Amino acid sequence: MIEVNDLHKSFNKKIDVLKGITTTIHDGEKIAIIGPSGSGKSTFLRCLNCLDDPTGGQILYNGVDIANPKVDINFYRRKMSMVFQQFNLFNNKTVLDNIMLAPMYFGIKNRKATGKTRQQVKTEVRQKAYSLLEKIGLADKADAYPSQLSGGQKQRVAIIRALAMDPEVMLFDEPTSALDPEMVGEVLAVMKKLAASGMTMVIVTHEMGFAREVADRIMFIDDGIIMEEGTPKEIFDNPQCARLKDFLSKVL
Amino acid sequence: MTFVIQGEKMGNFGLRYQVFKEELIDNHGYEKVLEGLKNTILIAVVGLIIGIVIGIIIASIEVMPKYRILPKILNRLCHVYVAFFRGTPLVVQLLVGYYVLRPMMGLTINALDSCMLIYGLNSGAYVSEIMRGGINSVDPGQMEGGRAIGFKYSTTMFKIIIPQAVKNILPTLGNEFIALIKDTSIVSFVGALDLYVAFKYIGTNNYEFMVPYLAMALVYIVLVLFITLLIKLMERSLKKSDRSK
Ligand SMILES: Nc1ncnc2c1ncn2[C@@H]1O[C@H](COP(=O)(O)OP(=O)(O)OP(=O)(O)O)[C@@H](O)[C@H]1O
Ligand SMILES: [Mg+2]
Repeated sequence: MIEVNDLHKSFNKKIDVLKGITTTIHDGEKIAIIGPSGSGKSTFLRCLNCLDDPTGGQILYNGVDIANPKVDINFYRRKMSMVFQQFNLFNNKTVLDNIMLAPMYFGIKNRKATGKTRQQVKTEVRQKAYSLLEKIGLADKADAYPSQLSGGQKQRVAIIRALAMDPEVMLFDEPTSALDPEMVGEVLAVMKKLAASGMTMVIVTHEMGFAREVADRIMFIDDGIIMEEGTPKEIFDNPQCARLKDFLSKVL
Repeated sequence: MTFVIQGEKMGNFGLRYQVFKEELIDNHGYEKVLEGLKNTILIAVVGLIIGIVIGIIIASIEVMPKYRILPKILNRLCHVYVAFFRGTPLVVQLLVGYYVLRPMMGLTINALDSCMLIYGLNSGAYVSEIMRGGINSVDPGQMEGGRAIGFKYSTTMFKIIIPQAVKNILPTLGNEFIALIKDTSIVSFVGALDLYVAFKYIGTNNYEFMVPYLAMALVYIVLVLFITLLIKLMERSLKKSDRSK
């Protein structure tokens, strides 16, 4: 469903961060991206939805090259929603409004096509938001502001905010790295449920246990390229390149 | 007798006060004062509203990514605008606006409306700087969050960034409002009636200016203290909504 061809990214025409990445992400696949700090993992993820514009290569989303500046990237970003390390919940909105904002906005904008009234859109979106909140056990926080939530709660809300847009792929950039250790579990639990539901997921993570358990494929990115990739078994139990062996010896 | 001697010591304050009181109440001077007060507040309030609108527009242009040519040109224009209104005295802007531009452009608006407009244009230059600081103080992650859910730059700006920026700069905007109130004391240059004109009018009848101008100063002080209090209350209620809502 996503084909990445020879993806390059440099900042300010000088610093080459991605030096040619080619891979295919299949429907329903769970991919974990691991690698040392500064190797380009976040940049790769952010290029997938063009939050950072690629400076070379193609990203074919169901055949459409979304790296082309002429495509309506906002449309594709709703199909590939992203969860950030720092949550990035909207501080001026309640939890409920954070979740409802995008579906409401686009639901109302497209209501001609769907033949729904403004009120119908609102009722539907609200119902869905509440049912998502219930799934993560935070329905009682619907009217709270982000500043009143713990890190783990914020990230769980951020995940269902991304989910509320009915994305086809979800991109996670170190979703648990900014959390206190005791909150990591609750966020990983939500992500595991999501994985079990069949969602296509691309996850940059330092949680090796989680990667091993959930991922179908693991990508080891170093120095701006995919140095090695394979099943968790291949990567963790039988690493080939020296850089990966070295990396694993440090993190495991 | 003693009254007069003591009075003379204080520049005959008692007598002068009597004259002022008579002019203010019996000769309906208070009507002028009230009208002046109304105009002062009107110019400051409308000026601030226009200023906020212009300020938001300019600040939004200034923080826009500038890959294309249009934002670059707009940005240049905004710089000229801000430089002009910050670089010339307000009196000059008033005089040029009212006596030069108004007739040249064939406008028929009266002095009061002209003042509101010119104070708004002037305030816009200052608010834009405040606003830009406010926008820059918002965590860049908020913009990323907006873009990641498929909002355009401008939609994210207006729905997410600017509301937070406005909240951050509310105290500074309060100061801008107080500055505007004080700056209205020169609108008589173009013939608008404000507090200064009202109290001068009261004094002119008897050529007695001591008490009227003292009263004018008091009115300004009370007005500014009152607004300061309102700003404090507003800030506090905003902080509360941060915590409990
Ligand atoms: N906006 C930017 N401008 C310039 N350089 C950048 C920018 N973003 C990232 N870089 C550089 O690109 C390189 C890769 O960054 P990236 O964030 O992708 O690394 P990472 O693998 O995600 O690391 P970490 O594990 O620390 O998050 C780094 O050297 C970084 O300094
Ligand atoms: Mg990173």
